Amino acid sequence: MSTPVLELKNITKSYDANAVLKGVSLAVQPGSVHALVGENGAGKSTLMNILFGMPVIRESGGFGGDVLLGGAPVRFAAPVDAMAAGIGMVHQEFMLIPGFTIAENIKLNREPTRPTLASRVFGRKLERLDLAVVRADARAALDRVGLGIDEWLPMAGLPVGHMQFVEIAREVDKKHVRLLIFDEPTAVLTESEATRLLDVMRSLASEGLGILFITHRLDEVMEVASEITVLRDGEVAARLDPRKTSAIEIAEKMVGRPAGAVGHARRAAADGGTPKLEIHDLTVEMPGERVEGVTLTLEKGEVLGLAGLAGHGKVGVANGLMGLFPARGRVLKDGKPFALNDPRAAIRSGLAFVSEDRRGAGILPDESIELNIAITAIEAQGRFLRPGPIPALRLLDGPAVRAHALERMRALDIRSTGPRQVVKRLSGGNQQKVCLARAMTLEPDTMLVSEPTRGIDVGAKQLVIDILRSLNRERGMTLLVTSSELAELRVICDRIAIVYRGRIVAMLPPDAPDATFGLAMAGEAEAAAHV
Amino acid sequence: MATTPAPAARRAEPGMRGGSRVRRAFASASVPLLFALLCAAGIWIAHLGPEFLLRELLSRFARNALLVTALLIPVLAGLGLNFGIVIGAMAGQIGAILVTYWNVGGIGGFALAIAIATPLAILFGLATGALFNASKGREMVTGFIAGYFANGLYQLLFLFAVGSVIPWHAPHMLLPQGYGLRNTVDLLGIQYALDDLIKVRITLEGSPVRVPVVTFALIGLMCAFNVFFQRTKLGQELRAMGQDPGVAATAGIPVDRNRVIATVLSTVFAAWGQLFFLQNLGTLNTYSSHEQVGIFAIAALLVSGATVSRATVWQALMGTLLFHTLFVVSPLAGKALAGDAQIGEYFRVFVAYAVITVALVLYAWQVKQGKR
Amino acid sequence: MSERAIEPRAEGPAESRAGRSGMVAVVREHLREIGIPRFLIGLFLLLLFAVAVLTKMDLPSLITDCVLRIGRNGILVLALLPAVQGGVGLNFGLPLGIVCGLLGCVVTLNASVGGWAGLGLATLLGIVFAIPVGLGYGWLLNRTRGQEMMVGTYLGFSIVSGMSIFWTMAPFRNPELVWAIGGKGLRTTLTLTNSFDKLLDKLGAFQIAGVTIPTGTLVLFAAACVMVSLFFRTRMGITISAARSNPRFALACGISDQRTRVQATLFSTVLAAIGIVVFCQSYGFVQLYTAPLLMAFPAVACLLIGGASVDRATLVHVIIGTVLFQSILTVALPVTSQVVQGDFSETARLIIQNGMILYALTRKGSR
Repeated sequence: MSTPVLELKNITKSYDANAVLKGVSLAVQPGSVHALVGENGAGKSTLMNILFGMPVIRESGGFGGDVLLGGAPVRFAAPVDAMAAGIGMVHQEFMLIPGFTIAENIKLNREPTRPTLASRVFGRKLERLDLAVVRADARAALDRVGLGIDEWLPMAGLPVGHMQFVEIAREVDKKHVRLLIFDEPTAVLTESEATRLLDVMRSLASEGLGILFITHRLDEVMEVASEITVLRDGEVAARLDPRKTSAIEIAEKMVGRPAGAVGHARRAAADGGTPKLEIHDLTVEMPGERVEGVTLTLEKGEVLGLAGLAGHGKVGVANGLMGLFPARGRVLKDGKPFALNDPRAAIRSGLAFVSEDRRGAGILPDESIELNIAITAIEAQGRFLRPGPIPALRLLDGPAVRAHALERMRALDIRSTGPRQVVKRLSGGNQQKVCLARAMTLEPDTMLVSEPTRGIDVGAKQLVIDILRSLNRERGMTLLVTSSELAELRVICDRIAIVYRGRIVAMLPPDAPDATFGLAMAGEAEAAAHV
Repeated sequence: MATTPAPAARRAEPGMRGGSRVRRAFASASVPLLFALLCAAGIWIAHLGPEFLLRELLSRFARNALLVTALLIPVLAGLGLNFGIVIGAMAGQIGAILVTYWNVGGIGGFALAIAIATPLAILFGLATGALFNASKGREMVTGFIAGYFANGLYQLLFLFAVGSVIPWHAPHMLLPQGYGLRNTVDLLGIQYALDDLIKVRITLEGSPVRVPVVTFALIGLMCAFNVFFQRTKLGQELRAMGQDPGVAATAGIPVDRNRVIATVLSTVFAAWGQLFFLQNLGTLNTYSSHEQVGIFAIAALLVSGATVSRATVWQALMGTLLFHTLFVVSPLAGKALAGDAQIGEYFRVFVAYAVITVALVLYAWQVKQGKR
Repeated sequence: MSERAIEPRAEGPAESRAGRSGMVAVVREHLREIGIPRFLIGLFLLLLFAVAVLTKMDLPSLITDCVLRIGRNGILVLALLPAVQGGVGLNFGLPLGIVCGLLGCVVTLNASVGGWAGLGLATLLGIVFAIPVGLGYGWLLNRTRGQEMMVGTYLGFSIVSGMSIFWTMAPFRNPELVWAIGGKGLRTTLTLTNSFDKLLDKLGAFQIAGVTIPTGTLVLFAAACVMVSLFFRTRMGITISAARSNPRFALACGISDQRTRVQATLFSTVLAAIGIVVFCQSYGFVQLYTAPLLMAFPAVACLLIGGASVDRATLVHVIIGTVLFQSILTVALPVTSQVVQGDFSETARLIIQNGMILYALTRKGSR
């Protein structure tokens, strides 16, 4: 057994109280393609951040465990060090400069140079670029990845697929690279491009490189990987050999079992009443979470879950309905036409939204708790205002806002120094409760909740789930819950819709087998149906 | 980099740099064309002859061109328009003042002035660069205000400290109260030191006119340097930073350090540029020579069709010609048109401000589109 | 398998202060909040007053001048508040509103309307002109997000120099306003002695301990402050603040931050027009041509000295800042002229004013 190119030994990492990685070990052999599979939130991104020495890791308390490159322990202080040590990464976000040519991008900050008069006096930075060598190197790298286009074309205007290959070419051009990490590389590629990429991967591995292939595309994994590590909830759930396993088994291991029992008494579906929301062919242009035609019916009084991998559009549905991103389609609420692209109309028709982007769109960070709770009602419903000095001029009704806030804070157990405390100083859990309080203040009949327990500690998680459940059971509120945590959806939802590539590919009961969920989320809807 | 635990990362979209090349080429040609037309109209209104224009432009181009080229490197590096070249100009002035104080004349005096101004300008550039790094995203306002602030310090030095706290043994340079430099200081020592290093005269409108060949040669050298610079490693790094500082940083380019280097270069060239200016003018307006430097140089650059994010050497040269033509023509056209030269003077200042305003609006527009 | 200890977390401020005396810690915390430049400026003002007392200067008359200048400039500084609260940043384009007010004054003077009617008419006209200008400026600022300060500065410069051409050519013919020779083109400075000079200043003015208080102007300033404060408690005002606080959140409430920014800019421009009319009334002169060019900067400095930042300003900042900075400007010249010859106050102004703005620009903020 040769020395592994990369070895991770018992990596642990916590962000505040949350343990994100709980002892992950894996080894990538030279000349092999090692696949790393897992849901989002499983810890893949954090693992990569640690490997690359991203500052966010150091700034949040460092990590435990060892990283060995070629048998030697390493600890990188910055991505530049990781690159210098021979780790290349093909990112999901392209690190390319549109205004430069392909060749310039490939050789960025590694351009071969020739001395000049000025450089002899003022230093190496004034050496001139040896454009001939730049082009030659770029040409060689492009050929190696099978991209035949002119290396002196400008980057701007290239199709996305080509950009992906230029990214690879750049990494491959680095002479000393030993480990190449591919992070969801086929996400933006067409089928033929994806096939070509897998070929490139195979040929690079055959040259002796070690390849770490992060993906959720199980068919690709089965095709090209020589080893598979399945990550779940920060731990290695399984190490599989593609020759001895199947997509179904991988999917099963990805999903796992929820902590509590899943089979809870489900109320009967809509008693023949009008559905709360009928969504036909909804498309939403949310960057990174496009919805490409979702058709869904939300029955009155039910809790419907939306699950799916990140980037596939589950989050886009609620955002689109609330008018935060451009949306198209036909939607009926309570049987009547529902206006898209109009947040105020959405609120007035009885919808309330708790956003997944708490920091960015969920709170007014510099304002008080009481104002945060009341603000949407003030804006969209004109409440909490009283006549001012001139009857036509309406002013904020301070006492009413205060009283309401105190009542909500008690009901939801929001821990703070008082209703006037600035929201950004609250913990994540309490901030989320403020968001819930605000949504409830609108007195909606339907609530769209996205990522209800993201970034919250365990205790608060349970409370939030309980609040949602009581809203549904005791007030009859209809809920659409979008979440990356399948486990919690399986606990509170009556039905769970799986979103893949912007469409609903399956509608599952919470007690459906793990493998079914896993396969559906990975896009293998037909295979899922046969489990 | 691996996706961080934050939601929805930005994806590269095809055709990210909005606007076709043709459209861009047209836009950048239309501005100088418009100005050429404006100048032509003014020339026609005021009945100005080519010899008159040539005479004016020879000296104006010689004294202003270098200052305009000092703006190029910061634009390359993504710092935008360096309103802080005023600070470099002040360094140059200090050199001129000291050389006059020590009574060193001729080309030797000029060289000494450069030798004094350069290290000062490097120091000032380092400070300005640090300010730019502390105010990312609003470098232009910062440079603009820093210029005024530095002016305050300059005044403190030359209006109050010189002759009182700092002993000054040249009473003819001081104000009547015994301290503070006079409002105008004659630079007879270094006047035309550069321009007349090689004396060339041509006859225009019947009288001999100076052709400052050495000055032109040096301007040419500076232009050549700028072109060469773009092809060096440092130039490539600045280009990358100017286009996408995030990607540049990821690739390992020392963005912050390079920003300071770019600012230092700009400040030093501005100091030299101001000395070129002063040696041609022959007089130093101690407290106001440098004030308009920033605005006029920047307006000159923009008039050529250059933008906040893109400026070439040719644009710097052409812009200087165009702007200063307008500068000369405007009051004369105003007098011919409305009987009042004053209107023409207001007009040329208005043009300078308006050109800068439009360039800033366009830049903000672009940035907004690119980012979304 | 080796185990490496988790790296220690960075020390927070509480931990680093452990072991130092409580008093020093409190002072340190306050200093950090106030910021070194403001502290120094406050110290400088105290120094000036100390020198004034020591050299037995006429303190009541000094203080009278201070109070006069505070009242004179107050509304101009206040005009910046809606812009900052609306998320548009520091309104360097104040000259736009100022020019509207000046035009109102000129038209009023040209029609020889004097006294209270003149003051009222000038203000009204100023507001009327400021409305379309404010709307247009607001629209432009929406298009130029992220560069509002530069665009405002240079737009202001352009308009002021464009107006200079206008003042020279405009059809005003009142002989008190135009140049004697030629009879065309407004003079650089127009006197208000026959019009509404110091009407507000003198209204209800009284003396206390030798200091004359310009009651009318101060009352108007106070009223304007109250009005602005009330505005931000109305629904429109709350909407504007929310949109600044978190534009994406505001979107979710159905608020368009495009609209709120225009509303904020409009309010700011109108206040600037009113502010300059009050200023002229107190000063006694209407200054045209290049005078308004740099008027935004002292106002901005006042606001910043009062404790505001590029993203956040309150009424308290307006008042404290105006008091501090205007006092320095008033007192510096007479005090320093006892010691140095030459206008040290002008140099001091350049350094303090621009230094303060520079400091604010280099703070880490959200913009």
